[in-house]
Amino acid sequence: MTIGLGHYLVVAAILFTLGIFGIFLNRKNVIIILMSIELILLSVNINLVAFSSFLGDIVGQVYALIVLTVAAAEAAIGLAILVAYFRNRGSIAVEDINLMKG
Amino acid sequence: MIIHAIFFYLFAGITVASAVMVITSRNPVHSVLFLILAFVNAAGLFVLLGAEFLAWILVIVYVGAVAVLFLFVVMMLDVDFAELRQGFLNYLPIGALVGIIMFTELVVVLGAWAIGPDVAKAITVPIPPASDVSNTQALGLVLYTRYVYFFQAAGLILLVAMVGAIVLTLQHKPNVKRQSIANQVARNRAAAIEVVQVKSGQGLS
Repeated sequence: MTIGLGHYLVVAAILFTLGIFGIFLNRKNVIIILMSIELILLSVNINLVAFSSFLGDIVGQVYALIVLTVAAAEAAIGLAILVAYFRNRGSIAVEDINLMKG
Repeated sequence: MIIHAIFFYLFAGITVASAVMVITSRNPVHSVLFLILAFVNAAGLFVLLGAEFLAWILVIVYVGAVAVLFLFVVMMLDVDFAELRQGFLNYLPIGALVGIIMFTELVVVLGAWAIGPDVAKAITVPIPPASDVSNTQALGLVLYTRYVYFFQAAGLILLVAMVGAIVLTLQHKPNVKRQSIANQVARNRAAAIEVVQVKSGQGLS
């Protein structure tokens, strides 16, 4: 019962699918959508680290570090936009965000 | 080896289960807490893969920073989350369809996939044996030399994100008096004081 690369890839695939599914399921709630994006980025990181570990190349971990940085920056900016938007409109429902529709 | 398998299934199972709870739970605070659980268990998977440094970075960055940020925002915004949940099941069929199609495609790709014979020759920086160099040191040896520009770019991204977040959320209230350094420095004697000759016994009108 050895755990191979395929096992990790399956876990990452399940997490990625759950992230996509979460975006569809919580279409009105921006906060949960942001969390789903975090799940998707986590699954990408698991893929990168798994390949890095099983192929014996450390560059994958460097790349995972960059992805982690971008994910953290994205969460900070997204939540800041959310707070600014809530201050202006008093709501964060996705279907109310149509000011720029014209 | 059996221990490795047990821990893999433990971490993977809890990660997937808490990811399910993140997207289905009623209360967004619970969602954030399950997100923390998912990230901690993913860090366990990273440890199993031999990437200890990334595992601890994941715990520090996500559990320590991002999850707390989410918690703050969820608790700070006075939103009726029950209202946001209305129509929760409207998009379940299309979401399930897209999810199942995507997962099937991923599994099909995984099933018919093998590492090419030339991959071993194409490795850029091989991982040194763990008995000689620890994972953190090995990562630092390439991150600060070969990939130093990527490292700098990551720092720049974080700086821009920090400035952007502050600019977006900082608000100036008109009724709050603030210190204006430029006005203070530009003030001279003529603008600051006025000498008035007062006749004795009359006072100023």
